Amino acid sequence: MTISIEPKNQAKKNLQPKGWLRYFSFSLDHKVIGIQYLVCGFLFYLVGGTLASAIRIELASPMSDFMPRDVYNQVLTLHGTIMIFLWIVPVVNGAFGNYLIPFYVGARDMAFPRLNAVAFWLIPPSGLMLIASYFIDGAAQAGWTAYPPLSITTPQSGQIIWILSVLLLGGSSIFGGINFIATILKLRRPGLKLMQLPMYCWAMLGTSILVVLSTPVLAGTLILLSFDIVANTGFFNPVLGGNVVVYQHLFWFYSHPAVYIMVLPAFGLVSEILPIHCRKPLFGYTTMVFSIMGIVVLGLVVWAHHMFTSGTPPWMRLFFTIATAFIAVPTGIKFFNWVATMWGGRISINSAILFSCGFIINFVFGGITGVALAQVPFDIHVHDTYFVVAHFHYIVYGGSVFVIFSSIYHWFPKASGKLLNEKLGIIHFAITFIGFNLCFAPQHWLGLNGMPRRVAEYDPQFQFVNQISTLGALLMAISTIPFLINVFISIANGKKAGDNPWNALTPEWLTSSPPPIENWEGEAPLVEEPYGYGKSITK
Amino acid sequence: MTSIETSEKLKENNKKISENHEDFRIFGLITFLIADGMTFAGFFAAYLTYKAVNPLPDGAIYELELPIPTINTILLLISSATFHKAGKALSNQNNSNSQKWLLITALFGIVFLGFQIFEYFNLPFALTDNLFASTFYALTGFHGLHVTLGTLMILIISWQVRPDGGRITNLNMFPLEAVELYWHFVDGIWVILFLILYLL
Repeated sequence: MTISIEPKNQAKKNLQPKGWLRYFSFSLDHKVIGIQYLVCGFLFYLVGGTLASAIRIELASPMSDFMPRDVYNQVLTLHGTIMIFLWIVPVVNGAFGNYLIPFYVGARDMAFPRLNAVAFWLIPPSGLMLIASYFIDGAAQAGWTAYPPLSITTPQSGQIIWILSVLLLGGSSIFGGINFIATILKLRRPGLKLMQLPMYCWAMLGTSILVVLSTPVLAGTLILLSFDIVANTGFFNPVLGGNVVVYQHLFWFYSHPAVYIMVLPAFGLVSEILPIHCRKPLFGYTTMVFSIMGIVVLGLVVWAHHMFTSGTPPWMRLFFTIATAFIAVPTGIKFFNWVATMWGGRISINSAILFSCGFIINFVFGGITGVALAQVPFDIHVHDTYFVVAHFHYIVYGGSVFVIFSSIYHWFPKASGKLLNEKLGIIHFAITFIGFNLCFAPQHWLGLNGMPRRVAEYDPQFQFVNQISTLGALLMAISTIPFLINVFISIANGKKAGDNPWNALTPEWLTSSPPPIENWEGEAPLVEEPYGYGKSITK
Repeated sequence: MTSIETSEKLKENNKKISENHEDFRIFGLITFLIADGMTFAGFFAAYLTYKAVNPLPDGAIYELELPIPTINTILLLISSATFHKAGKALSNQNNSNSQKWLLITALFGIVFLGFQIFEYFNLPFALTDNLFASTFYALTGFHGLHVTLGTLMILIISWQVRPDGGRITNLNMFPLEAVELYWHFVDGIWVILFLILYLL
């Protein structure tokens, strides 16, 4: 069957703007959409980061003197929601996925370009709606988890706007996931086998499967929650005979896979960056593929480890502890594969590889505390303390965000044709790495000593360690300054990169930088060995 | 590069894709329906958990009358068959027959919704009465929303399949096939819903 473009759509397409204006249009080009995702996500990152700084400034003193308690709750909720749903998920999936996947499969665009544009354009309005709720009647106060009965009893308008915007973002995420699955499985260049795909394709395939299977459950749950809020039903309201634990089960059925939705693409991106800058093939390609798929399967059956203190029966605790501990196996395989990829390689020290190494170091810390948290006796001790906050941020900031920066340094020449300044990049890395560890490492200690999370006030004995943490947070805030200067200077007059500055073999570098409108002049190249470094076929 | 060149290239590109690749729009739709099915799966899981662990207050009525939902099940199953007939007629280039079968299918959808509304008005409980009542309305309502959307889509394609210059022909069957797949999906969900909510 053929897909025909009707003449009336043709006339509309001629009106598509060119130059920088196309980034503000309903563009169907996957490269434009990728940049839209990245810049939009980064703007929300600045908002979420400002909120994080506000939280840390508040916590520099034991009393709630910087902002009132209810404002603290709103700031905390907005920080979590913005960082997860508007920064990390859209950027590691949408931005890099849209930019890179069509290159990797040898296509000229994504499978469903219009759906792709719709998925992106759902994000800015829902993000702005979420932020605007603060100025209407106060934003949601129940944290990014929106546990009832708290989310039912706190002021309702903010909570409903929160639900609406998360539903829209979930829809955007599902549309993106459908698009990635169809692109990777159906749009491959003839002759390209699945096991020849770059690792990021596998990571995105696994992530998209998780998105398609778990995000709709969150949508359904939030619809029921909104009924509880506006229609006075009692699904999750114990006063009306409802059951809060059902909400927790349904919520974590999405939100535990959501952690993998944030971190699996990061695994894929690191697997692309390391071989190129170490001049060695990716170690253990097949084991990487199987460990990604193993994480996908296991990731769907571990959700109740977030609920060990919710009256979970012993058999359930046992099952979810064991299943969670099993995830350490595929994750450990990936970790050792990355180390083995670097081992004995000709490593060039640049910002991209530094951020990737930072990721490996931070992620191993986050992984170890993760295995510890999966153990019921330990989890009950530190549940809802700063230990969990530290663990989570080691995974999503030390993991995903470090990889996002690494990827920006790595692929900036691809998108712009200019290199980023290495000196500023290394300064950016140093401040981020020191600030990050200064901010979150002490929080392990705070949690072990019993400081609860999500509370604006705390026991004065924790003040000194909290101030160290605040200092780290402010360093992280400062670290974006050299990065932003770097990006603007490099776009204006950065060093010309040439088509392939890293001498890479993956397909996206085998075309000009920035790439032409439909990716390739002529046929897409058939790359059978995307990681064939150190062999006779090097260019 | 001017924008006109760009659009020419996009058009060419689209042509190339259609030449080199099979049509994967149905594949995308199936992926979407899996996602949609997971929403229902979440609702079913919530309902079954409530049934298992949350006893209803004394005097709560949850015995459902079976005739109307049984008729509705039969209606939807027949409508799946009539939709299939419409597809067969279209691939035999008999557009007017196809349109006739589509309108019959839409009629079944409307009758289904009518019975559903009739049932709503005659039930002994309301949305906020108890947990069972809320879950019942949430599940059947969410399914009813799907039937409503499906019926609207069937009415739209039954207009587009008209013999004199409709958009859908035996060379462009995708809209009909997509709606048919969606309609079968909605029927399947109803059968599961009927088993779990009414019979279990």
